[in-house]
Amino acid sequence: MSQQVRIMRGREWARPVRPVRREVLEAIPGLDEGRPPLLFVPGFGHGAWAFAEHWLGHAAERGFSGYALSLRGQAGSGPAPEATLRAYAHDVVQVAAGLSRRAVLVGHGAGALVVAHALARYPARAAVMVAPVFGGWATAFTALRRNPLGTLPALVGGRLQCNRAQLFGRELPRDEVRRHLSRLGRPARRAQWQLLLGREPEPAVGDPPVLVLGSPEDRVVPHSVLIRAARRYGSAPLLFPGMSHDLMLDARWREPIDGILDWLEKEPSGG
Amino acid sequence: MTTSTDHGRPDPELSTLDLARGARSVSYRGETVCVIGAGPTGLTAIKNLTEHGFGVDCYERETGVGGVWNWRHDRSPVYASTHLISSRPLTQFPDFPMPDDWPDYPHHSQLLTYLERYADHFDLRRHVWFGTEVVRVEPAEGDRWDVTTRSTGGYGPERTSRYAAVVVANGHNWSPKLPTHEGLAEFRGEVMHASAYQDPAQLRGRRVLVVGAGNTGCDIATEAAQQAAHCWHSTRRGYWYAPKYLLGRPADQLNDLMLALRVPRRLRQWLFHRLLQASVGDLTRFGLPRPDHRMLETHPIVNSQLVYYLGHGRVTPVPEVVRFHPDSVELADGRQVDPELVVFATGYLPRFEFLDPKILGDDGTTGRPVLWLNAFVPNHPTLAVAGLVQPDSGIFPLSHWQSVLFARLLRLRETRPNKAAAFAATVTTRAGERYSGPVKESSRHWFEVGHADYLRALQRALHDLEAK
Repeated sequence: MSQQVRIMRGREWARPVRPVRREVLEAIPGLDEGRPPLLFVPGFGHGAWAFAEHWLGHAAERGFSGYALSLRGQAGSGPAPEATLRAYAHDVVQVAAGLSRRAVLVGHGAGALVVAHALARYPARAAVMVAPVFGGWATAFTALRRNPLGTLPALVGGRLQCNRAQLFGRELPRDEVRRHLSRLGRPARRAQWQLLLGREPEPAVGDPPVLVLGSPEDRVVPHSVLIRAARRYGSAPLLFPGMSHDLMLDARWREPIDGILDWLEKEPSGG
Repeated sequence: MTTSTDHGRPDPELSTLDLARGARSVSYRGETVCVIGAGPTGLTAIKNLTEHGFGVDCYERETGVGGVWNWRHDRSPVYASTHLISSRPLTQFPDFPMPDDWPDYPHHSQLLTYLERYADHFDLRRHVWFGTEVVRVEPAEGDRWDVTTRSTGGYGPERTSRYAAVVVANGHNWSPKLPTHEGLAEFRGEVMHASAYQDPAQLRGRRVLVVGAGNTGCDIATEAAQQAAHCWHSTRRGYWYAPKYLLGRPADQLNDLMLALRVPRRLRQWLFHRLLQASVGDLTRFGLPRPDHRMLETHPIVNSQLVYYLGHGRVTPVPEVVRFHPDSVELADGRQVDPELVVFATGYLPRFEFLDPKILGDDGTTGRPVLWLNAFVPNHPTLAVAGLVQPDSGIFPLSHWQSVLFARLLRLRETRPNKAAAFAATVTTRAGERYSGPVKESSRHWFEVGHADYLRALQRALHDLEAK
């Protein structure tokens, strides 16, 4: 990560990201206890639905208002075939800045990379990277090994597709898996390339605390990559052994979200 | 990271009245920083200082945030139709964008909404003392500052607090600059400064003379063109009237695209001249004087409508005003016009009535502070003037980075004093630098900056400061 602050952004000023309809699902607690809102950012292929399944409601039960965003071109958001990581990060910052209080950004999978880019443009209260996919060749090789048919096309300009074994654990009932798989979308081609060749995220503004969590048995994010991702933010990952990549849809979904909320309550900025 | 308990407001019961300044008692505010004004610049100063871990007390003479953009404030110059001159991406705070479904050039009421949301989002209001004006700011020992405040309007007792640093963010668009013309006092028609102009109803059916070719003057002239019985528009010289859109995009974004591509200034000027020539044509055919300068050499005047109304004959361009007679106004070409209302859109002057001018390096002859980066004061390392820039973009991003730089400088004074001392030396040697290409000299545009030149200079200063 380059550590220098960037002030000049002539190209971005000259070519603002076009607005698009954004799907935001929310769950608000009945009583506002002044806790920071959580903004969940799904990874490639997923949409806000992945968090609406369990995590949003659970966060609201514990007093945190939760918002889940579908990146442009995914799920209920407007179409955007030419979307880039910049446009995705723009969507995150737009929704975060629209909340009444400084938000905690929670990114899952490649959504964590989007959050890392958004952190350079928005002083979040805190950030959580869930099974972060920061891209690069190590991740690509892992994906190739686990799912050659879904990954190979992406390397020659086609669409990236994840399979059941990569995302879900064995304990998850078959019909639930089928329901989730049917909802998986496809990321924009340019954003997909940026996952492999894109620029490193710039340093986060406002020095937010960052929590990295994942599972050592994750078939998308190898353990070593998870440790490296956590080291980038000066910490060690919080591990949930035996879980799959889609922690929020796993049969044991309650453990990681409770881990996140406990961490937020402990953080001096969380209360 | 800061918590809500870190820095409360100065509580008169709790703070120790341990110091004395003359007969007054001074309450000691420790490492807290004082911000003067809760307009856009003051708000971003509060946000960035608290983000860097400082306690902040902000004094605001009005009862709301937003400064000049809050039309409820008595010093606000906005009129009903005020829209941005620079487009959204070049106006918003870099870390808090405006909603992307807003128009390219939002209305002033949207700007106020934006600033209020900024204040709420970052919980800034708890640092602001509303309805409190700053009477005096005086240096104290140890590079500290004694700030004396009282209730706006002069009610109540004065109170003095000692701060570790001060950010002056009192704005520069509230103190009208009025011309002195011979015979103005005897003129029987109505005379007003543009700051008193609010609504086109003030112009309806009257013969109006608008003086001044700034953005405000052009806005009022185009409104007079629609409402008034007749409109004369008096300008001292010829200007370039840039349209708000060029080549299908906001004109300032086109300029920034060329800046990003490192197109040299001369080439940009040539291109803009050709574009205007091709689309708008020669303005002298409407009776306007030919510009005596190249484009990008004065503060940009962005108005697509003025030329349109010149073409409709609804605006009559006239030269400079020479003197006033009781019933008419004499112009430089000898013509006399008989307006019922004269609107002086002659701009504003920065004023720091609470500060000894010598502190800002103004020796009393020029009336202009001498600062580095238009913000940092020689020999006063804990004082900064924020937002004293007139850029060819919005001011907010410039103010934001000024306050980031100042916050990091204050941090370094504790952690790496030698770095801070080197910065102070730079401030002294480089005070008075300009951050634009050649510009036409004008009394209120000495703080004109090119936003790209200025932000690059700020970026260099920030990198030098943080270098190992």
